[in-house]
Parts: sequence; structure tokens; C-alpha cells
Amino acid sequence: MADLTKSVTAPALRPTVPGSHLLEVDDLSVEFRTDYGTVRAVNALSYHLDNGETLAILGESGSGKSVSAQAIMGIIDTPPGYITSGQIRYQGRDLLTMDKAEQRAMRGAEIAIVFQDALSALNPVFTVGAQIAEMFQVHRGTSKKEALAHAAELMDRVRIPSAKSRLKDYPHQFSGGMRQRVMMAMALALDPKVLIADEPTTALDVTVQAQIMELLLNLQAENGMGLILITHDLGVVGEVADRVAVMYAGRIVETGGIHEVFGSPAHPYTVGLMNSVPRVDQRGQRLSPIIGSPPNLADIPPGCSFHPRCPRAEVACREERPPLREIVLGRQAACHFAEEILDA
Amino acid sequence: MSSPPNVSSGQGQDGSLLRSSDAPDPTQSRLPVTTDDTSTGGDRQASLWSDAWRQLRRNPIFIVASMLLLVLAVMAAFPQLFTNTDPRSCDLANSRGGPGTNGAWFGYDLQGCDYYANVIYGARVSMTIGVFVVGSSLFIGVVLGALAGFYGGWFDSLMSRITDIFFGLPLILGAILLLNAFTGERGTFQVGLALIAFGWMTILRLLRSSVISVKAADYVQAARALGANDWRIITTHILPNAIAPVLVYATILIGGVIAAEATLSFLGIGLQLPAISWGLQINGARNFVRTSPYLLLIPSAFLSATVLCFIMLGDALRDALDPKLR
Amino acid sequence: MGRYIARRLLLTIPVLLGSTFLIFAMVYALPGDPIAALAGDRPLAPGVVAELKDRYNLNDPLLVQYGKYLGALLQGDLGTDFAGRSVSETVAERLPVTVKLALVAVGFEALIGLIAGVLAGIRKDSFFDNLVLVTTIAVVSVPVFVLGFVAQITLALRLNLFPISGIGEGLYSYLLPGFVLGSLSLAVVARLTRTSLVENLRNDYVRTARAKGLPPRTVLAKHALRNSLIPVVTFLGADLGALLSGAIVTEGIFNIPGLGRTVFQAVQSGEGAVVVGVVTLFIFFYIVFNLVIDIAYAALDPRIRYE
Ligand SMILES: Nc1ncnc2c1ncn2[C@@H]1O[C@H](COP(=O)(O)OP(=O)(O)OP(=O)(O)O)[C@@H](O)[C@H]1O
Ligand code: SF4
Ligand SMILES: [Mg+2]
Repeated sequence: MADLTKSVTAPALRPTVPGSHLLEVDDLSVEFRTDYGTVRAVNALSYHLDNGETLAILGESGSGKSVSAQAIMGIIDTPPGYITSGQIRYQGRDLLTMDKAEQRAMRGAEIAIVFQDALSALNPVFTVGAQIAEMFQVHRGTSKKEALAHAAELMDRVRIPSAKSRLKDYPHQFSGGMRQRVMMAMALALDPKVLIADEPTTALDVTVQAQIMELLLNLQAENGMGLILITHDLGVVGEVADRVAVMYAGRIVETGGIHEVFGSPAHPYTVGLMNSVPRVDQRGQRLSPIIGSPPNLADIPPGCSFHPRCPRAEVACREERPPLREIVLGRQAACHFAEEILDA
Repeated sequence: MSSPPNVSSGQGQDGSLLRSSDAPDPTQSRLPVTTDDTSTGGDRQASLWSDAWRQLRRNPIFIVASMLLLVLAVMAAFPQLFTNTDPRSCDLANSRGGPGTNGAWFGYDLQGCDYYANVIYGARVSMTIGVFVVGSSLFIGVVLGALAGFYGGWFDSLMSRITDIFFGLPLILGAILLLNAFTGERGTFQVGLALIAFGWMTILRLLRSSVISVKAADYVQAARALGANDWRIITTHILPNAIAPVLVYATILIGGVIAAEATLSFLGIGLQLPAISWGLQINGARNFVRTSPYLLLIPSAFLSATVLCFIMLGDALRDALDPKLR
Repeated sequence: MGRYIARRLLLTIPVLLGSTFLIFAMVYALPGDPIAALAGDRPLAPGVVAELKDRYNLNDPLLVQYGKYLGALLQGDLGTDFAGRSVSETVAERLPVTVKLALVAVGFEALIGLIAGVLAGIRKDSFFDNLVLVTTIAVVSVPVFVLGFVAQITLALRLNLFPISGIGEGLYSYLLPGFVLGSLSLAVVARLTRTSLVENLRNDYVRTARAKGLPPRTVLAKHALRNSLIPVVTFLGADLGALLSGAIVTEGIFNIPGLGRTVFQAVQSGEGAVVVGVVTLFIFFYIVFNLVIDIAYAALDPRIRYE
């Protein structure tokens, strides 16, 4: 048994000195007020990102990955969505309390996003050239002609063959992979310092996925931006991420360096994730998916939200929520028994 | 703090299951994704209709509209339940006596007939024509549309051209021309025929296109593979799944047909006196709108309310049958 | 594209032939003697009857009559009415009136319908949205002739805001009848715009537009509205063709000397040549408008491909 009293009194972990990182998400909560009740999609979420760093965010469907990304971008629909607490600090300044125009100036220019499904994320009735050029026209006031020239350069940069002649094509005239490149060209137009990639390859063929991932990493290396990579693909995370944050029911349950977390997970949910996918180094072992289904976010279980599905759950788990706490230097987990799991 | 552990389901997180399009793929290292097993055609349609019914029952608009229509239907079938007065026993002495005269709620018309009785009896023509025309149009449109959609080929092309030809003539204009060509008496039946002649095309088109889209569905292909014959496939698998949009349209069309009959009668080319129809009553009120506005307003209100009921009913049906529209 | 238009035009021919034949048959072939109808209660001299029958080819079988009519039509000859006046002349005189009326109607539809639809769409479920919903349902439920009638009585007769009938006061006299004529479609436009906008606002590319840092106004006007307007413009175009014949009722009520009233009077007096000529013209407009819309669709939505 771990020392419960100690872990309960430990304060929620926050970045030590505000502004010491490029992007700091601090105690962020988002809820959706729907006819079926209040869906608490993101709960007291905190993480940070540095220049040139890749942070992978993992978690089952519905764990709040996309909603937290949308909150950073400032594109949550109100209603039904409301940000109920927290700060999102970019270079030390809180995006949520900035005035609207200033916030808009950041959007796309400093922090950009690439969505999962490029076909629906691009406007079907405008040419890709016009959609990329719009970034320059709106943020920099560039003339249309000049903006289109920039757009062609960008399409070149994301390796779209014969970029110039394709400026006037419409999204539906591109293949899935090429469309995702267009999305990336648009996101990278103004050299943002933070790029959020929300499952950028999920909608693509396996072979194309690898190309897009590689391109993404090359581009990141070129301009040294911080990358938040939201994905379901543990293989990719293992290869590209510096740090990983595992989300469950709108909270981070474990975070730390990629090798440490993947090498010896400290949270039962992370353990479950690792066991539910085939791994090269453990060929022949049986896969054991996590039993049960994700919690209803309109009615999150009390105590540790994972307890109904947790193989290690004890009575305490139902009553006390384990805070996210430092278990080893640079590693945090939200489980009463994190140390024991780590040692096992 | 001691609430029992909540073994929750995925419900309430609307759409999150549907939105993860990535199926688990053992060759890829992916997180497990819960998927719904897809149900068969039969289950789908059963749940479509029972879901629709459950939603309808809770929709106040549906309840109000169907209650009113029920009253109108009874009014059409048994007008005696609503009035003891014979609409045709008139006394010129009462001509255009306003509402309240001699205790007549809606007053008297030009001939001195009880206006309340006349308006009540007017429901019969409207309801009869509405049901007759839309019923027949449904029959024509559904049969031909199902055949055209299912078999395609020359029959489909022929049907498309014929509908195109009839579409060129709008309902009212076509009916005017046809009614004018009928010699002899123009009664409910003739007016109905004229409206059917130019009112069936949309049903055919709607049904044809939904049959085509349903035809490609897996469960229809499965039924085919199992050797079901065409008739069985059309009647048990395709029609029940293709009919929803047609029913919505047909409900609204009843309102449209009722308005069209009134328009034709108003123009003097539909029903003829001494028939009792709201359109004729409105026509009769033409010259007295200054002095006796109630002659215009009362039948207009009944007519509009009837049309309104059918439109609301159709709207409610659409909302219930097509959840993604809202 | 060129091939598509050519094919569509070719397909139009059987439809035009079919529709004109349909009209022709209804006017001339069905029981009933147009000459007798013309004469009404006064019997005509046998000589006059024979001459008239000859002039209108009434002694030929229907198909031959139709053939002769088509032949003349191709040379731009719509025939003459019983008074000997050329139908083309009548059309040339009356058509501009009806076109003006229809344009006023479409103008109202586009202006009021679009504005109401957009305002309702961006504030979905607000008071205004519900107000638009209720108003449009009410307008759709009241038959046009009732609406026209009531409008005439209240706005023109009682309040004296508009001329009661006729076109004596220029464009001003078209306002009320134009509004009445367009009212039904105005309601449809409002609801179509609203639904379409609400649907489009939910689309991913609207989210992308916001993520690009565009001001809300640009997101709405450029990205969401542009796409929402596609079905609305299509409807407006198709409606312009339908309004011509819708004018029958409106022109009747407001006593406007356009083609609608002309054709209705011709039906009643048995002027077959006028009826066939004018209705053929209506159908021609209808078909041409539809063709134009189909083509315009490509300009609005690049995803549509013609082959
Ligand atoms: N507009 C909305 N209205 C109501 N609920 C919403 C809305 N958007 C998101 N949610 C809810 O928020 C929760 C978190 O959704 P989110 O999209 O962040 O999941 P995710 O982790 O990105 O999942 P996935 O892997 O499927 O993309 C879900 O339960 C979802 O139903
Ligand atoms: S706190 Fe308890 S229930 Fe939650 S993960 Fe740890 S052991 Fe499982
Ligand atoms: Mg997501």
C-alpha cells in the first residue's frame, strides 16, 4: 500500500516557473453542455512544450485529445463548448485572456494545426492555391499574386510534384496523401513555432502514412518548431516522440520521456495500452486488450476514473482521486500505486 | 464519496465511436478501438421506424397536427356531428347576416345559408381530394418509380422523359388546361383526376432515387445472393427502406393538393356551385370583402389551417425519419 | 462541358416536343368543340364555322394538326387568335409585364429570404430563428390566392399603401403583386438558406478557416456562406421559370395585363392558339432556365463534373 495521505495532499503538478516553456497548458478544463448532460471532455489538463520538441499525446477515442488541441487553437464552438478553467500560455502570455484580435493573430501564424481528414478540412469550392494564399493575405496583407507565389513555394516545400501547375486545382483533384500535404503547407505557411498534428496520418494508406510522418519530421527539423503529435499509433510515437502524455477521461494519467514511459510504464492504463498492441520485442506473447469501455464523460466515475477497468484497483481507488505527481525525476503518473507498478 | 463504481457504457459521448474511422488492424500497432457491429437491413428498418415513432410521440407539433387532422377527418366524414343545420337550406332574408345573427356562429352567406354549416361541410371536398389525389399519385409514383429504379434501362429512361414532360407544366396550369378540356360536369372526381395528372412526378423521382441508393446496400446484395426473387427483394428489402422520404413528401403534398383544389375552384375552373368547397366560398366572398370580411376570412382560415396541419405533420415526420437533418 | 451542353440540348428536344404535344392534345383533341365554345350561346353561321375550322386545321387528324403547328412554330409563327391578331404580337406585348413581375418576385425572394435565412442560421435556435421558422411555415400554409386577396384588401384597399390593381403606377404597382407571387418561394429560400448554412457551419473546413486565424466575418461570408448558397441559387433559378406560370393567379387578383392573365382568359374563351402558344413559351423558359442552372452549378461547385 502506498502512502495515501501523502499523495492526496501533494498539489497538482504545474510548470515550475510560468513562461519557462514555449507553450504551457495549465489546469485546462473544457466541457460541453449538451441535451444529454455536461460532457467533461478535458479536466484540469496540464502539459508543456519546448522549441524543437515532439510531445506525443496518446489515449483512447474520446479521451479529450482533439478537444484540448482545439482549445489551444481557440476554435471550440461556444455553445456547446466552454473552457471552464485554466490558462494556455504561449511564450508566457495567456491566450485565453488576450483580446480576440490578438488571439486571431496568433492562430495559424504562431500556432497551427493539421487535421486528420484533409478532404473535409479543405474547402471544396476554393482552389488549394487560394486556400494556402489566404494565410498570407489575412495575416500579412500580401497581395493575391504574391501570396499565390508563396503558396507555390510552400507546395514545393511539402514535396507536391509540379506545385506551380497544381495551384489552380481543387482539393478533390488530389490524392489523400497530397491533400494532407496541402494541409501541411497551409499550416506551415507562416512558420509557426507550435504545430499540432491531430492524427495527421490516420485517414491515409499505410505506405503514404510513413511518407507524411517523415515529411512532418523533416519540416520540424527545418524550422525547429515544437510539435504536438496526437496519434493512436504507438509505433510512430516510439520512433519520433521526445516525451509522451497518456490521456484518460480528459486527464493526463502518465507523462515522461518516451523511453522511460514505454520502457517501464508506471500507470495501469499505460501498461494496458502497451499490452494491447503487438510488439516486435515481445513476439509470441498474447495480446490483452483493456477490458471494458471508456467512461461516460457526462458521468465520470468518482475517485480514479480508471478504476472500473483497472486490474489493480482497490477500495481506495474508488474514493480518492490519485493526483498527477512526480514519481521519478521528470516522470509523473496519476495512480496510487505508481511506484509499485514501476518497480515490478 | 461512496457512490458505487460506475460500470459505464459509451453512451452520452455522442458520435465518438462513429468518428474513429480506424478499424483495429493487427498488423499495425494501434490502440484498441471499440466498434459497433453493423446490423442487417431488417434490423435497420425496424429500428428506423420504431425510433421515428418514439420521437414522434414526444413531438408536440406532431401531436397537435394529428389531433387537428383527426377532427378534420371526422368533420369530413360526419359533418352532422358538428352541425344540425343543412348547409343548403337557405333563406335570402338572412343574406350576409354577420356572425351572431339569429345565433348563427359564422353568420350567413350571400344566399342566406348558414355559413358555419357550409364551412363544416367544406372539409369533405378538401379531405377527399387530398387523400384521393395523393393516394393515387403514391400508387402511380411508387409502382413506376420502384420499377424504374430497380430495373433501370430503357424503362427508366422512358419514365425520366415522361416525368420531364409533365414537369414542364406546373400543377395549377396543367390542371387548368385539363379541366377546361373536360366537357360536362366538373366534380370532385374530375378535379381530382386533373390534379393527379400533374402531381405524381415528384413521388416517382424521389422513390426512384432512393431505390437506386438502397439497391446498392449490402443487405440487398446479400438477399440477392441468397436467391430471393425480384418481387421479394423490392417489397421486403427495398421499399421499406426507400419509402421514408416519399412519405414525408406525400404528407406535405396533401396540403398542396388541398390548396390547389381551392385555387382552381376560386378561379372558377374547379368545382362548380352548388358544390360546397372552401375555394368556392372564398370566390363568393370576392365582392363583399369590404362589408362582410368574415365571408373571406373564415373559409380562408379553415383552408390555411388544414394545409398547415399537413405541412407540420410532414415536417415532424421528416425530423423523426431523418435525424441528421436537425 | 461543351459536350454536356450539347447532350442536354438534345435531350431537351423530346421533352419540348412531348410537352407541346401534351398541351396541344389537351387544348384541341379532348371532347369539346372550340368553335362552339368560341361562339358561346350565339350560334355561328355554318360558313363561318367551316372557314374557322379550316383556318385552324381542325378537320385534320390531331397529329397532322400538331405537325402543321410545329412547322409554323419553327418559323417563329405562333398562329393567330380568333380575332385575327397574331399570337406573337400578344406575347410581345404581355411578356415584359410578366417578366417584370417575376423579377420583382425573385428580387424579394433573394433579398428577404436570404437575409432572414442567414440571420436564422448563424443564430440557430435563437428567438429570431424560431420566428423565421414559424413565419415561413405560416406563409407556406396560406394559399397564394388567399394571401394575395388579403394583402390586396388590407394593404391596398384599407391602408392605401399600394395601388389596388393594374400597372398604372409603374414599378411601384408591381411591388405588392410581386411580393405575393414570390411569398411562397421566399419562405422556401429562407428555410433552405438557414438549413444549408447550419449544415455548412458544422463542416470541418469552417473549423479550418477559424484555425487559420480568419476573422469571423470572413469565415462566415467567404467559407460557410459561399457553399450554403449553392442550393439556394439553384432554387432561385428554377423558381424564375416556375414563377411565370405562377403569375396566373397573382395577375388575376391584381388585374395585371401579363401573360398569366392572358392565358387564363384564353382558356376560358377557348382561344386555343393563344393557350398553346403562351404555354409553350412558359415551358420553353422553364427548360432553358433549368439548363442554365445546371451549367451555372459547375461554376459554383467545382466538384460537379459533366460527362
Ligand atoms: N461539439 C461537441 N459537443 C459535445 N461533445 C463533444 C463535442 N466535441 C467533442 N465532444 C466530446 O468530447 C469528448 C472528447 O472528444 P475528443 O474529440 O477530444 O476525443 P479524442 O481523444 O480526440 O478521440 P479520437 O481518438 O476519437 O479523435 C468526446 O466524448 C466527445 O464526444
Ligand atoms: S489509482 Fe487505482 S484504479 Fe486508478 S489506476 Fe491506479 S490502481 Fe488503477
Ligand atoms: Mg480526435
